[in-house]
Amino acid sequence: MSAVETPGPKQGPKIVTSRFGLRESWTLASYLDNGGYEGLRRALAMTPEEVHQAALASSILGRGGAGFDAGRKWGMLRKAEPVYLVVNGDESEPATFKDHALVEGDPHQLIEGSVICAYAIGAAQVFIFVRGEMALAQERLQAALNEAYEHGAVGANILGSGFSVDIVVHPGAGAYICGEETALLESLEGKRGFPRIKPPYYPAAIGLYGAPTVVNNVETLSNLPWVMCNGSDAFSALGDGRSRGTKILALSGHVRRPGNYEIEFAKVSFRELIYDPALGGGVRHDRDLKAFIPGGVSAPWFGPQHLDLSLSNEVIAQAGSMAGSGAVTVMDETTCVVRAVWRITRFFHRESCGQCTPCREGSGWVEKVMRRIEDGEGREADLELLMDICDNIVPGVSWPPAQTTICVLGPSIPSSVASGIRTFRDEFLEHIRLGHCPFPPDRLRESPAYA
Amino acid sequence: MPEDVAITLDGRQVMARKGEMLIAAAERVGTYIPRFCYHPRMKPVGMCRMCLVQVKGPRGFSLSPACYVPVTEGMEVVTDSAPVKKAQDGVLEFLLINHPLDCPVCDKGGECPLQDQTVAYGPGETRFVEEKRHWDKPVPLSPLVLIDRERCIQCARCTRFAEEVAGDAGIDFASRSDSTEVAAYPGQPFVSNFSGNVVQICPVGALLAKPYRFKARPWDLEQVESTCTYCAVGCRVAVQSSSEQVVRFIGVDSDPVNWGWLCDKGRFGFEALNSPERLSRPLVRQEAGTDLVEGAWAAALAEIAGRVSGVPGERIGVLGGARLANEDAYAWAKLARTVLRTDNVDAQLGDGLPGDLVAGLPRATIDQVCDASVILTMAPDIKEELPVLYLRLRHAAVEKSVPIIEISPGPTGLSSVAAERLHYRPGELEGLVKALLGDSPVTDDVAGIAAAKVERARATIASATGDGAGTTAPGAPRLAVVVGRASLAEPSTATAGAAQLLAGLPGVSFLPTLRRSNVHGAIDLGLSPGLLPGRVSLEEGRQWYEHHWGTPLPKARGLDALGMLARAAAGQLDVLFLLGADPLSDCPDAQLAAQALEGAGFVVAIDAFLTPSAARADVVLPAAMYTERRGSFTNLEGRVTWLGQKVTAPGSARPDWMIAVQLASRLGSSLGAASLEDLWAEIETVSPLHRGVPQALLVSRQGRNGVVVPLGLETPSPELTDVPPPLDPMADPGIVSAELHPAPPVPLSVVGPGTGRTNAPGAGPEQLQAQGGAGAAGLAAPSRLGLGPAGPTVASPAPAGAASPAPSAAPSAARASGDNHGGNGRGLRLVASRPMWDGGVLVQRSPSLAGLHPPLALRVNPEDLSRLGDGHVGEVKVSTARGSVVVPAVADDHVAAGSAVLPFNLPGGGAGSLIDASAAYNELTVEPVGGT
Repeated sequence: MSAVETPGPKQGPKIVTSRFGLRESWTLASYLDNGGYEGLRRALAMTPEEVHQAALASSILGRGGAGFDAGRKWGMLRKAEPVYLVVNGDESEPATFKDHALVEGDPHQLIEGSVICAYAIGAAQVFIFVRGEMALAQERLQAALNEAYEHGAVGANILGSGFSVDIVVHPGAGAYICGEETALLESLEGKRGFPRIKPPYYPAAIGLYGAPTVVNNVETLSNLPWVMCNGSDAFSALGDGRSRGTKILALSGHVRRPGNYEIEFAKVSFRELIYDPALGGGVRHDRDLKAFIPGGVSAPWFGPQHLDLSLSNEVIAQAGSMAGSGAVTVMDETTCVVRAVWRITRFFHRESCGQCTPCREGSGWVEKVMRRIEDGEGREADLELLMDICDNIVPGVSWPPAQTTICVLGPSIPSSVASGIRTFRDEFLEHIRLGHCPFPPDRLRESPAYA
Repeated sequence: MPEDVAITLDGRQVMARKGEMLIAAAERVGTYIPRFCYHPRMKPVGMCRMCLVQVKGPRGFSLSPACYVPVTEGMEVVTDSAPVKKAQDGVLEFLLINHPLDCPVCDKGGECPLQDQTVAYGPGETRFVEEKRHWDKPVPLSPLVLIDRERCIQCARCTRFAEEVAGDAGIDFASRSDSTEVAAYPGQPFVSNFSGNVVQICPVGALLAKPYRFKARPWDLEQVESTCTYCAVGCRVAVQSSSEQVVRFIGVDSDPVNWGWLCDKGRFGFEALNSPERLSRPLVRQEAGTDLVEGAWAAALAEIAGRVSGVPGERIGVLGGARLANEDAYAWAKLARTVLRTDNVDAQLGDGLPGDLVAGLPRATIDQVCDASVILTMAPDIKEELPVLYLRLRHAAVEKSVPIIEISPGPTGLSSVAAERLHYRPGELEGLVKALLGDSPVTDDVAGIAAAKVERARATIASATGDGAGTTAPGAPRLAVVVGRASLAEPSTATAGAAQLLAGLPGVSFLPTLRRSNVHGAIDLGLSPGLLPGRVSLEEGRQWYEHHWGTPLPKARGLDALGMLARAAAGQLDVLFLLGADPLSDCPDAQLAAQALEGAGFVVAIDAFLTPSAARADVVLPAAMYTERRGSFTNLEGRVTWLGQKVTAPGSARPDWMIAVQLASRLGSSLGAASLEDLWAEIETVSPLHRGVPQALLVSRQGRNGVVVPLGLETPSPELTDVPPPLDPMADPGIVSAELHPAPPVPLSVVGPGTGRTNAPGAGPEQLQAQGGAGAAGLAAPSRLGLGPAGPTVASPAPAGAASPAPSAAPSAARASGDNHGGNGRGLRLVASRPMWDGGVLVQRSPSLAGLHPPLALRVNPEDLSRLGDGHVGEVKVSTARGSVVVPAVADDHVAAGSAVLPFNLPGGGAGSLIDASAAYNELTVEPVGGT
């Protein structure tokens, strides 16, 4: 096994971040010096079906949030020509920054993974949709793509194999919703980024320009070169249950060492992630942990009692939340829960695409009430009101949510609100009783951007 | 027929059509699921989430949008459970939080689906205490439509209509979340001939029509269902009035015709009805050179009778009649033949096609055209002249992929969806059609069109009409030809010749696009030279009609419009009746029209306005307009529908049939009819075309979609056997449905192909004919013009000169001789287009519409434009032998090289002053005007 040795005790083999920190890791020269395009060479020596089988055998779950088996997704493609591969690099959820790092730090790895996937599914055209705000990532990816074309790793007759594929980097226009795969496809087609109505449920049947399309996350595809070099058994030997391989966790919030950590899937607990000196390094100022969000701001919150759960899709789901794309946000005891919930609802309010009434109108209503409570103008009845608005967005305010909207943005709105009210009801009531927020002033609110 | 499936709806077993959306299936069996964004004529988007119902899936019942769930066998659906009610309540509360609730000052208040459904399904009180969203309001989206974005509920009905139905994607959503707004593109107003539809289908008061804004409250409106008479499509409408004034038209969903849509001209043209310039009393000019002065009807009629008495029939002409209802046209046709003793009648003004050609071509309905294997258009710009027909044809092309081959001298609104665009050089239509019908591949360019394009079209037509070619639907034509007068700068003979060539193809049928109002009814009822009521030629029908009318008919075929005008210009016409005709504005040959009005001995105009032509008349009689009188209307399919009356005509203006009856009486004769009912009963008796179509059916609910004559052309739709569904409840103006005319208490019968009236059991047309002609001593009713076994026997459109030689001094002496084109062969050939917004009297008397016409400009191919001067773009002087105009020239690369497009009748001028109607084409000399 050629996996890079890991510095910390709890970091397993590094698969997708192995080149992070190398000098000019984003260049072709650096990539080639460190095993680059070897996976592609091996894949091209196999038949496309063998590559597909390897992906299936590695049991790699999609790293974009939904956790759908990538190999199975490829197998669902409708038999028709042409087939497209679309790479979802529109990572935009607050506190999620792993794809950002992957594209900036190792763009060739993504290109290599994309070509391997395109070979397996028979796509002659790949679109890499990169979030509009990631300027450096776009720049490096485009430069890497130019190098890859020159190197013969992309374009016609790749590495002499006879296989040809073109890749286009498409910058997003600044909408969170375009991370939803059907909205992304609409946007790519030049239309407004509205998620498509389902059915059809999967782009594999009707995707880009009506053609069968695989939409995979950046991290998912970045795993493929390693799988090709090291074999799917090596990959699936890592992790546990359905969660195999490694996972990048984007750790943020009140920890000493925020950042991206690639860990072996399902083998690390939240306590280790937050407190291990080689990982989060503990809560800042040694304060007490108040709560943490296990998988992005769409996910219901966890508290200290959940610290020993392992970071596995199934375990987190069983406990009533989701691993999502792997963004863990830590809140210490000085965090104002009302303010935190308001911030999150404010994000969803701004980013709702405007299609479905409950999401379009509900997100704004929830945000306005949350802000009013934070500003000390709440009423006790607002808590019941908030829960009922959430119930009108997600009947039952359950998890996983009962989806009654076109996409899952709407059902994401109640998570933080319900977590906050259910767990920290007294803190809400204190805001209402005092007529002001009991926590130190919100520095961000003083900035002009928050007017 | 779609397969039926059984579903369980709220515990009861009901049948649904496989694949249809749940919301529609439920509605048909009486379960109304509330909705905002769903519209039966547009694709679902599932945006409002108002139609959430519980559908049972593998994991039990879950809430799903009924507008987007197709029914399947055994589906279990619950629409009235607590979770459904909670969801509906929740969605309504969400919709209302940012809604201004300004119902008391909202046009929609009282007929608003948001109001109504809130009452029915929504919360009683608001829990929203935050600040609402604010926008500037209202802001104009277009000259006719304003938007109040605070009221908008983002249902995408308007944006879908614009893009999907009209193809004018000028509005879309901007911004996102609860700031999502419907907006036009920056600097580009929403320009569409159909913009008013978005107001009608808006489920709230967000979209407002300028002509209606603050004009009335819905509960003060009275309404009657009728047919729009602005063009020949015959869209069904609800005419709504307040305080005896028409204030609004609402499109009614007539499945075979307009699908609920209206064009802006039809929707907003009612403004002219209320114009202060309406004629309300007769005007009489006592002596030549004096002014017209108001007078009494008795005096005016006496004046006319005095001037008409003793004038031989051939020196009398009756021009016009497209404005008239069917009964009026019949009365005037009978008056002309039996009292005035002339066959010089023509409902057209030289701007259409020969009436006997139109009457004789095998006819298709709009539905049949849209089901055809191939559609060939040989017509004017349908988007401008027959706008709602354009919507239907566009739908056929875009949604049903029916190939359209467009044959026209210039670009049209349909060009962008046509499979093949054959823009021929004016004057060379017949050659093109001959090439298209040839057996051998086309290898040379034809009429200025590349050989490859012509060959592709030829192959398409050949494969559709060739041996063994099938049809797409039972009864659908293999080739449907939409035929009309593409350009007024070419004579009708060219189109007529081409149509006759096409009529020889197997499986072909035609939809004529004569555009003016009830022109098809006028032709069908005898206002065309050589044609008697019922599409019967003068010769064939002579015996029958002489028997029924009890008097000899004119001996010879009369003159058509251009013939009459030529005769008048030569001083050989003593009396000219203008039945709502304004030849000065509408005859392609404006110079001829002016000479005719000058030369005619005595001119009687019967009109609603003092048009330029009426102003030159000796007597002007005020006529009632549509909405002010009852009657029937015939659209371009031959579909007869009922015109409702809602208001009273101004002053003593009256329907045209009444004027005919009174005039006959003044002339010591009688038309034998004293009411509209009498006239229709007579039409039904004598006209072979209208047999089996009782007035009682037309005015009934069953007859709402009309009856296509002759019976049997159209397979009766289910709507004729069932009571048709109510108006789309969302488009419905809130009053449950348009009030239908009270049906007389006679047993109503259903008409079917060839069966005649079923209340005379077993009576086929023959028996009915015998009954109708019982007193006729075995006289056989005449047959209509049509195709005999030997092929087309369409009466050839003889030039007027054949019936009666045109005076040699008249400008039309060399009519259509083919070598007279007023140029030296090096100029540009004129294409005279007719935009929807023109200088027409009704548009110009409608304050909201008068200024909407395009700027007068000559559109030429950029190549030709550059040849005019050194990149010169500016004013040019455009001349023919007839005259000249100075207009800006603009480059348009859709215009073929060698042609030039100039609108026909705009305020301030147009092509009319340049056209010699007798020329095969009109050639323009175009010179730059210096110093511009």
